[in-house]
Amino acid sequence: MMLRLAPVLIVTLLVGPILAGLAMAVLPAFGYLPALGGTEFSLTPWRDLFAQPGLARSVTVSFVSGLATTMVSLSVVLLFLASASGSRLDRWIRRMVSPLLSIPHAAAAFGLAFLIAPSGLISRLISPGLTGWERPPDALIVQDPWGLSLMAGLIIKEIPFLLLMSLAALPQLDPERRVAMARSLGYRPTIAWLKVMAPALYPLIRLPVYAVIAYATAVVDVALILGPTLPPTLSVSILAWFNDPDLSRRFMASAGAVLQLGITAAALVVWWCLERGIACLGRRWVARGGRQRGEQPLRLAGKGLILFATLTAFVGIGSLALNSVAGFWRFPDALPQGFTATHWIRALPSLTGPVASTVIIAAASTLIALALTLAALENEQRTGRHPVQGRLLSALGLLYLPLIVPQIAFLFGLVVVMESLGSRPTHGLVIFGHLLFVLPYVFLSLSESYRRLDPRWSQLARTLGSSRNAVFWRVRLPLLLAPILTACAVGLAVSIGQYLPTQLLGAGRVPTVTTEAVALASGGNRRAIGVWALVQASLPLVGFIIAVGLPRLFWAKRRGMRGSP
Amino acid sequence: MLTRLLAFTVPLALLLTTPLHAAPDPSDWESVLDEAHGQTVYWYAWAGEERTNDYIQWSARQVAERYDIELVHVKIGDTAEAVSRVLAEKQAGNHERGNVDLIWINGENFATMKTNDLLFGPWSEQLPHYPLTDPENTPAVRYDWTIPVDGLESPWSSSQVVFYYDTALVDEHPHSMPELLDWTRENPGDFTYARVPNFLGNAFITQALLELAEDTDILYEPMREEDFDEISAPLWEFLDELHPHLWRSGRAFPSNSSELRRLMGDGEISIALSFSTTEASGAIANFELPDSVRSYVHDDGMIGNMSFLAIPYNAQHKAGAMVVADYLLSPEAQAHKQDPVVWGSNTVLSLDTLEDEDRIRFEGIDLGIATLSPSELGKVRSQPHPSWVDALADAWQFRYVGN
Repeated sequence: MMLRLAPVLIVTLLVGPILAGLAMAVLPAFGYLPALGGTEFSLTPWRDLFAQPGLARSVTVSFVSGLATTMVSLSVVLLFLASASGSRLDRWIRRMVSPLLSIPHAAAAFGLAFLIAPSGLISRLISPGLTGWERPPDALIVQDPWGLSLMAGLIIKEIPFLLLMSLAALPQLDPERRVAMARSLGYRPTIAWLKVMAPALYPLIRLPVYAVIAYATAVVDVALILGPTLPPTLSVSILAWFNDPDLSRRFMASAGAVLQLGITAAALVVWWCLERGIACLGRRWVARGGRQRGEQPLRLAGKGLILFATLTAFVGIGSLALNSVAGFWRFPDALPQGFTATHWIRALPSLTGPVASTVIIAAASTLIALALTLAALENEQRTGRHPVQGRLLSALGLLYLPLIVPQIAFLFGLVVVMESLGSRPTHGLVIFGHLLFVLPYVFLSLSESYRRLDPRWSQLARTLGSSRNAVFWRVRLPLLLAPILTACAVGLAVSIGQYLPTQLLGAGRVPTVTTEAVALASGGNRRAIGVWALVQASLPLVGFIIAVGLPRLFWAKRRGMRGSP
Repeated sequence: MLTRLLAFTVPLALLLTTPLHAAPDPSDWESVLDEAHGQTVYWYAWAGEERTNDYIQWSARQVAERYDIELVHVKIGDTAEAVSRVLAEKQAGNHERGNVDLIWINGENFATMKTNDLLFGPWSEQLPHYPLTDPENTPAVRYDWTIPVDGLESPWSSSQVVFYYDTALVDEHPHSMPELLDWTRENPGDFTYARVPNFLGNAFITQALLELAEDTDILYEPMREEDFDEISAPLWEFLDELHPHLWRSGRAFPSNSSELRRLMGDGEISIALSFSTTEASGAIANFELPDSVRSYVHDDGMIGNMSFLAIPYNAQHKAGAMVVADYLLSPEAQAHKQDPVVWGSNTVLSLDTLEDEDRIRFEGIDLGIATLSPSELGKVRSQPHPSWVDALADAWQFRYVGN
């Protein structure tokens, strides 16, 4: 009985707050906000919005960066899977996926910014020897008006996400046999993979891809660090309007939030059309039967691009680590003039509180999400109803709503809803807020493994007289230990990275490592940022290490149970 | 048994007889102190600077010891977040148990909260330490950007805009806006200012207008639409000429004072500005700037202003907030704050009103190598009316944000 309620509970928990929050954004967008004297509906907020300087540019950058980021990340991931499966690079990258995923977006963005800025690490390494620069060149690289550095920052973080989702979905497609079949017909390996695997894989990772589009069109923190400034992206502008001392801007900000929702929706629609187009072209490419052409360049691209992206991310983080112990560091020195522990010593006393809240919130939201996910999946097994995969409108497809609706569009409204319900900003409320985002990711990571588990194990246990519950506890859970722990680690990482929900629902009173890091980032002191970004990145990493290590410890004598490498 | 019963019921009775939501009366300071005892005060303060955060931590330890108040620093990236919070609470009908007890505030945010009736008060003029600011002779504590304070906020810090430059890269620093323009022509890409509407960006364009306009008196009155174009024309002429010579040719601007400081530390620019007279000294001590950096001001004086502490109308711990504000105004707290090793933010107290022992606290402070002495800081120009600053910031957006 309880089990049957699980899917309903999940959908209410996720959809209710989002719809309520959206409503509270739509009303002010049409002039209704009694606390500020807006008691009548009007179109003034929209007129103000469209009169904002640079709006068209903001919208274009948000829209284009969302689509371009997704396209590049997806291509890199597919090319890598096609060209590198089974190689040493393949195993290395697979091992790197989790640590890469655990680097928070903001930290990766700071690392990239320091790497590529005219006064950044690369420029310092080659100056003045190669370039003759004694002073940094006056070139607009970071925060360029077209958002290229913004897209680069997003791409290095979205690649590991899409890769993890693909790796989770691949085994059920039985790639070895399919590719072997194609190879036996004379196709070169990379071409074979792209022709037989890519079309089968894409429907399985479609929702994660949509989540990437939505995230990239509406991202705030990365855009603040790497995005253009005159004007900034739409989401950054909206945040500034919400925070404007002139409260009447609140109306326009709400209209902006609704517009952001529209932009994200438009990007999704355009992507959907592109999908059709590419499917059409792809079908012809597959049917034409070319077996060799393009193998070499595709193979090189597949290996090179992902290596480049991975190294960039790690070198960026490494440079932050260097900054966190740096004394004064004048351009063009390749290394700081001195090293000092001051920055760490200064931060340590204030670390304990935020680290504790971060861990409590992450653990609680992940455990709740895990319980709900397992209940829903077990219910699915017992009733034998399997939702159609990749369909947004199926009941459990609604799970992905929090990933598709831009945070900035509904969180401000959600705060008002929560205030009217009289709930006080506490850890509990923040945990609930995080659950909105943790639950979908936990579900996303766990569902495939759960559904794929060979049903004969349970059937066998049942014939031996075990009850359904006993089968669940004593057969299915132990067998699924590795994927469950991985899902937990993903959940922890998602929770640890949340900024807006923590800050808004906690009224700023629930400090986590991420809110502290972003508050300090507003001060721009790269050394302090280095310290906090490392702490922020190391917390989820601990989760991933446990997820990989625990099954090995537990099943030291059962190789097949240890999960992914 | 009886005593135990009493111990239980007396506080309960007290709790029931004192009206829960009656606002504390600052003129009866003893009762405020009593009520503040044991309260937790949530102070929403900008947290982008570690030294500021450290000073707030120090204050928290002091008020815990002296008044048994738990002071919690709610770290925010922008003061308007606190204003948003109070607004959301008002919107939701939470008029008595607000989350924000104390806000570090001034200027436009204060004007907004005052006009929207989001502030508690008047209270600040009754604080025991308030007379030490010599309010009769110091208009800066009575007017926040020309808006009458009316006892709604208590003065906390005084600041002035200063420029700082790297003596290793710049021989002779400019002495006025026209000289700055000439200097940027000769040294393209070596100067920039914070993006408007950041407060430092606003301060730069306001400073420029104050130096360039013929009649500055009109800027201290509420702006009238018909005056704007004529009065602001010299500013746009100046900026149009200046921008092509700025860092990144004026196609991008740093978002705030810290990013500006980082550009200086990276050697991307060689002149920058700050709203804190001790910023350069502090940053040198913190390895962010080379020790060849020094500060300077323009000959005709620089804009200065004060920042304040305000209590929202729905704050839950008003008594505690008042006691904290009063402690922060004490000579001890103010002197500690002015020490550049601690923070280096200037006092709002008038040294003439202090007892000798308190004055010595201030006179003994070593201001650091890159800090100008009060006499070198020269004339302080006060902030124009917020309506002018708002209008200038909006006009800047329309002119310089790309379409």
